[in-house]
Amino acid sequence: MTIGTPKYRELGLTDSEYELIVEKLGREPNDVELAMFSLLWSEHCAYKHSRKLLAKLPTEGKRVVMGPGENAGAVDVGSGYAVAFKVESHNHPSAVEPFQGAATGVGGILRDVFAIGARPIAILDSLRFGELDSVRSRHLLDGAVRGIGHYGNSIGVATVGGEIYFEEPYEHNCLVNAMCIGFAKIEDMVRAAAAGPGNSIVLMGASTGRDGIGGASVLASAELGEGDDAKRPTVQIGDPFEESKVLECCLELLAKGLLVSLQDLGAAGLTSSAGEMASAGGVGIDIDVSEVPLREADMEPFEIMVSESQERMLAVVEPSRVDEVRAICEKWQTGSAVIGTVTESGQIRILRGGEVVGEMPVEALVDGCPLYDLDPVEPAGWIYGNRETLAAGASAEDKLLALLSAPSIASKRWAFEQYDSIVGSRTVRRPEQADAAVLQLPEAGNAIAVSIDGNGRRVACDPYGGTIDAVLECAQNLACVGAEPLGLTNCLNFGNPEKPTGAWQLDRAVSGLADACNALGVPVVGGNVSLYNEGPDGPIYPTPVVAMVGELPDPARVAGNAFVREGDAIGLIGPFEPNLAGSELAKHRGELDMGLPGADIAAVAAACEIVRDAIRAGKLSSAHDVSDGGLAVAIAECAIAGGIGCEVNVEHLRERGAQPEEALFGEGPGGFVVSGERSALEELGAVPLGEVGGETISIGAGDHSLAISLADAERAWRSLDLA
Amino acid sequence: MIWGVLQFPGSCDERDALHACELAGDGARLVWHESRDLDGVDGVVVPGGFSYGDYLRAGAIARFSPAMEAVAEAAAAGAPVIGICNGFQVLCEAGLLPGALLRNVELRFRCHQVELLEEGTGERLSIPAKHGEGRYYAPEQMLDEMDRNGQVAYRYADGHNSNGSLRDIAGVTNERGNVLGLMPHPEHAVDPLTGSTDGLRVFERMSQGAFAQGDGKAP
Repeated sequence: MTIGTPKYRELGLTDSEYELIVEKLGREPNDVELAMFSLLWSEHCAYKHSRKLLAKLPTEGKRVVMGPGENAGAVDVGSGYAVAFKVESHNHPSAVEPFQGAATGVGGILRDVFAIGARPIAILDSLRFGELDSVRSRHLLDGAVRGIGHYGNSIGVATVGGEIYFEEPYEHNCLVNAMCIGFAKIEDMVRAAAAGPGNSIVLMGASTGRDGIGGASVLASAELGEGDDAKRPTVQIGDPFEESKVLECCLELLAKGLLVSLQDLGAAGLTSSAGEMASAGGVGIDIDVSEVPLREADMEPFEIMVSESQERMLAVVEPSRVDEVRAICEKWQTGSAVIGTVTESGQIRILRGGEVVGEMPVEALVDGCPLYDLDPVEPAGWIYGNRETLAAGASAEDKLLALLSAPSIASKRWAFEQYDSIVGSRTVRRPEQADAAVLQLPEAGNAIAVSIDGNGRRVACDPYGGTIDAVLECAQNLACVGAEPLGLTNCLNFGNPEKPTGAWQLDRAVSGLADACNALGVPVVGGNVSLYNEGPDGPIYPTPVVAMVGELPDPARVAGNAFVREGDAIGLIGPFEPNLAGSELAKHRGELDMGLPGADIAAVAAACEIVRDAIRAGKLSSAHDVSDGGLAVAIAECAIAGGIGCEVNVEHLRERGAQPEEALFGEGPGGFVVSGERSALEELGAVPLGEVGGETISIGAGDHSLAISLADAERAWRSLDLA
Repeated sequence: MIWGVLQFPGSCDERDALHACELAGDGARLVWHESRDLDGVDGVVVPGGFSYGDYLRAGAIARFSPAMEAVAEAAAAGAPVIGICNGFQVLCEAGLLPGALLRNVELRFRCHQVELLEEGTGERLSIPAKHGEGRYYAPEQMLDEMDRNGQVAYRYADGHNSNGSLRDIAGVTNERGNVLGLMPHPEHAVDPLTGSTDGLRVFERMSQGAFAQGDGKAP
């Protein structure tokens, strides 16, 4: 912070934004008001560089129960039940302090889900770090994984899946995206809008301290650079025990019908919760900061209003029911205090005792931030680095082993065994047992599948096509367990949108997301945007993380990704056209460049339907989508998972224009490796590849034919276990 | 057999335990930690998860809860009591079981399916384990005595002792054999869809008094 800079600039507001605030208030804001405006007008809260783009996304669908704008999206899973889900980033806090950053990322997304009255039943996470040979990346990975485990394990919500990629552009700015799935009776769900002037505002949960002050504007809405250690006090500290009590307390209050509405306190604390509740309900709110239970006695009103202390919830309660609400909070040994009132004024008024210390129109504070158009310019070429790590003359065997042991492809058992994946008794497929996590819903008589995907490298090559590929991979993962997509959520992790390249990446990616969702008929029920993900070396790979929830009628019919039976036929289903552009092999060769071949979304959707129906009918022994590392890696993964070899030949792919090396390691959407009875595969129109059996993975590919022992393949794929 | 499942602030696996008890017995209900009254149940499960946050030491606070006083009385009267994971830690803290649970040798929480051997019968059970503090420890002399008394109920099969427990111990009983504590989670092995049904056997054997050491022994 520099002496002489106006305070509003230090808080991240531009000159013209400040002028607009003065105009809307009719005067200069005081310190309390300035602090509140600076947070709610930050990118993190106002989506001022992304909101216009996001309007392109399809949000309607007949199974949608709650869409964007609520704390979490929700879809109808039948029998009167809904599944709620949301993914959110905690990137910058995790880059500064990975353990607490990741832990509170999980805590925050859990609160979003139980705020709508859904019991959290599963967590997934999508993580990105720099290459593993960097000490910093290993530190961030270790801290983030321990933090996720600490919070999820302690609160008793199963962490059932996720993904981790390691790429140089995430070296300074790692990504930690956490997703929560909740389950609710539709009739018990609640919205966040405040209503009923005269009703009481009750703050529940932890007391309010100085932790996390200004996190939304300081950490989430600016690039990372030198001196980030000094930002450590802006990272919040998580207490999963407190959250567990608040969670049970809120669910009991909702089940008893004692709350008018409920909202979690996340970024920008009381300011955004109260502001959003008032805005959604078209009412005003008075808050008396002297009624807020504090950890430190001498906190200033602005600190109380912007504190990001964790494990707090805000409820609107009819005055006659306040005593009952507080008694239930006491039962759960969690705090509660009446801190304000719903009014008809349309103003957010902040009081300290009898004194008014801030007063702003809700409309100006919550919805008054200007929205900006982007100024996108396509870069002239590949803006990221290239690093050759694989010798030019490597044999086909060496290439396969190098890919299997590449940290982004290798087994993540080391990480996911640090997570409780089974609490709640719903987990039908644990991590790495199938392409999607499968959770049974005995109450509704069916099951859901969840997948979270987003290969930033492919998006960097082609933001439009790469984003489509991410959506298609999600859909394919669901198809592999027999699930039909119900809804999608996303977290858009991008660089600085005020720079031409960042703007172009964001603009093209959102277009791709919209086109893919429209073509598949999958509504977007929510999302989160994390911009300014840049370090001293430049922006991250543009990384739209997409997560899809699907439904399947019978969890007993779910196949896994493992070959299971000697003598089963192996086949390829789908319009897969292998290409080395943007592939893991191209990365290892240092040959990354712009451009991806386009995808035929309708053809991929048709293939998904074939696989889904075959799984549901119990016709397949295994199904696995072709993804990172191409067909050879997909086949090897099926073999390793099953502990059984195979003999296949991929030369048929020459008909699709693929040279032998491309057939082995080329990537692209639309491919499924399936195994089962020969007649079943023929009936499905699968291209025959070979047969399950033996102790060797043998793949015929012309002059690139290869054979490696199952043991060698497994050793490579387990490389992270030994590290 | 009607089972009561204790519920502490911050318990995680109590609903899973309740469900398992319903499958294995004739009924089950939750018992709130502040209750001194076990509501007429025949046996008690002290479930897994985290009690009171466990910030001091796993189980260190929970042992002082009113419900635990009632559990100690029920155990003294010979009722079956099962402590799972955190519940095992609570029972050790309360002095109802010998020994203690230390941080895993690798110092990391680990969740994975393990194979257990039932002492006496040699029955092999596949049950998940998930904990960061599951390394069973007791002084050598006490371990010898427990072995002599037949107080070791379950051991990890070869290659499955990932937490570093002494003598591969996964579960122990009191001298009388009516109180059992084990680190793996039998309540998460009651449904073929989620991996295994071997856990049902643990509840059934406890309700049959299979680990009981005959008559007249002091608890």
